[in-house]
Amino acid sequence: MVFFRLKRTVKLGVKSLWMHRLRSTLTALGIIFGVSSVIAMLAIGEGASRDAQEKIAQLGSKNIIIKTAEPPEDQSAVGQQQTLREYGLTYADAERFQNGIPDVQVIVPNRRISQQALYRNHRVAIEVIGTVPWYPEISNTRVKFGRFLGSTDMHYKQGVCVVDERVVKELFAFDDPLGQDVKIASDYYRVVGVAAEAIQAKGGENLEAKDATGAEKAAGANVGGIYVPLTTVKERFGEMSLQITAGSGGTLERIELQEIIVQVRSINMVLGTRRSIETLLSRFHKKNDYEIVVPLELMRQARDFQRIFTIVLGSIAAISLLVGGIGIMNIMMATVSERTREIGIRRALGAKKRDIIFQFLSETLLLTLSGGVLGIALGSAVPLLVTHFGQMRTVITTSSLLLAFGISAAVGITFGLYPAYRAANMDPIESLRHE
Amino acid sequence: MTELGTAFDFDAESPILVMEALCKNYQLGSVQLRVLREIDLTINSGEYVAIMGPSGSGKSTLLNMIGCLDRPSSGEYLLGGQSVADLDDDELSMIRGARIGFVFQSFNLIAQLNVVENIEIPMYYQGWSERDSEERARELATMVGLGDRVDHRPSELSGGQQQRVALARALSNDPLIILADEPTGNLDSQSGADILEILDRLHGEGKTLIVVTHDENIATCAERVIRLFDGRIAQEEFNKER
Repeated sequence: MVFFRLKRTVKLGVKSLWMHRLRSTLTALGIIFGVSSVIAMLAIGEGASRDAQEKIAQLGSKNIIIKTAEPPEDQSAVGQQQTLREYGLTYADAERFQNGIPDVQVIVPNRRISQQALYRNHRVAIEVIGTVPWYPEISNTRVKFGRFLGSTDMHYKQGVCVVDERVVKELFAFDDPLGQDVKIASDYYRVVGVAAEAIQAKGGENLEAKDATGAEKAAGANVGGIYVPLTTVKERFGEMSLQITAGSGGTLERIELQEIIVQVRSINMVLGTRRSIETLLSRFHKKNDYEIVVPLELMRQARDFQRIFTIVLGSIAAISLLVGGIGIMNIMMATVSERTREIGIRRALGAKKRDIIFQFLSETLLLTLSGGVLGIALGSAVPLLVTHFGQMRTVITTSSLLLAFGISAAVGITFGLYPAYRAANMDPIESLRHE
Repeated sequence: MTELGTAFDFDAESPILVMEALCKNYQLGSVQLRVLREIDLTINSGEYVAIMGPSGSGKSTLLNMIGCLDRPSSGEYLLGGQSVADLDDDELSMIRGARIGFVFQSFNLIAQLNVVENIEIPMYYQGWSERDSEERARELATMVGLGDRVDHRPSELSGGQQQRVALARALSNDPLIILADEPTGNLDSQSGADILEILDRLHGEGKTLIVVTHDENIATCAERVIRLFDGRIAQEEFNKER
């Protein structure tokens, strides 16, 4: 019986709301925008978060990345036209990590050099990454076609390379890159594989306010990468690089390695190993010429940042819902006083107080829940548009839909109860006399 | 369903309504207004009673008392053998819905509902099923001559038609008493006559009617006329020809 009662009450509510279509629509708009902004904002926040998390996860949660950083300028060097600056990570460091720290499973030393690659008559800026055969496993880089560098390549210092997808796009256009020869500096390298685009372990960006590392500065903002055996790079490029500084000639720099990636055996060893590395490095590096990036820490920071972001966005959306709720309460109060006579009639014909409460509450709930459903529809459409036009990733989670729906129901009950209570407690005799 | 809603077995011979020394006072600031003073009234089943009196004589208050919309300040009120004086709000609602059929001067139909839905209201609050109440509402609409207008809204009906819908609504729960407050007050003479004719017919079928009015024409239709003055029953007369 309760069910049939409910069905008829809902029918009655629909009729009453339908009588004032414009008013009902305008009232529901508050909830529609409130709910859709909750969903849209959470979707945008979630998308940004997942993006960040995935990028960081790709750096490897068991990894510690030690990078060469340009040290603060020496006092002695100031004023000299041309100097030789020697800094950064060395092969000795790599060896010390491998042998001196217990939990280290594997290390990857990398050399990064900013260069130009030539294929036929295309010339693009690229970054040569001198690395070792096990680089892909450590850095989660996927080899899409062909193969990665092998130990034979290392041993014989072969002139082979693996290009990333960005290079493929910029340099080869429609040709199959496998087996082609690419000219970098004065040598040719045969392409043996294609890798997915490399993710740069940037300590900077929005996560950590530190200077970009020397390697990145040299590599420029965003260029494709070409992987070459570390031994080949060492032999063909040497260890010097010329930095042209604005106006006053240039600086000759000697850097052995731009980056050493250390992978530990398990995630809970990351922070301890980081401390060991710091201690070790501080013993051998007098200049502050390195920087340690721990993806695990970045991940945690990103998560904290995301939480704040979600709270801020959520609060803004919640305020708009609150405003919508107050709008609903306002209209329901007006409706109740407008329908005083109807309330009197119903009371005279046998309606109990709770019947009246039920009637008005169900009207409010109908308004907010239909507003909630429309808001969910609109709120799901907005992130799609944002993704389409704003090139931003958005993720609509089921929990955000449920949350939005729950909130609209809660708003309906909270702001509907008082008007309904007022309606039920009117004196039936007075109400019947009401014009 | 409580025992109120369904059958109640009171002796058909015993009076349907009994008021004993019923008083109603209103407190207006420091002044106590005595609106009803010691009303003694007995109405038997099947009677047709008109309550008359000038403005301020306590007619409306008595009507509210009979209709269980208000509680007496003192005295006893038995409706269908049950004391109403100290029931709570929910119980009063139940009694109104089950035992009283209201007809108002200004029809008091609900604008957003059609004829059938308006007639269904008392049955809805008594917990009738949708199918039963709709069937009964259609029968009643036909009975008052509106069988072809069941889907119309009140705004699409004339005053006389609206009052006939209200009458059908008052009958829907098969109440003990049909309580009409100036039922012809807002109607032209022809429509008013139609309504009186239906009331007559209902009386003929054995319904108990109480009509509050100051229209002498109605009073002549009733079997018994009670005249109120200053909150007391000033005169009671029986129309012999009825």
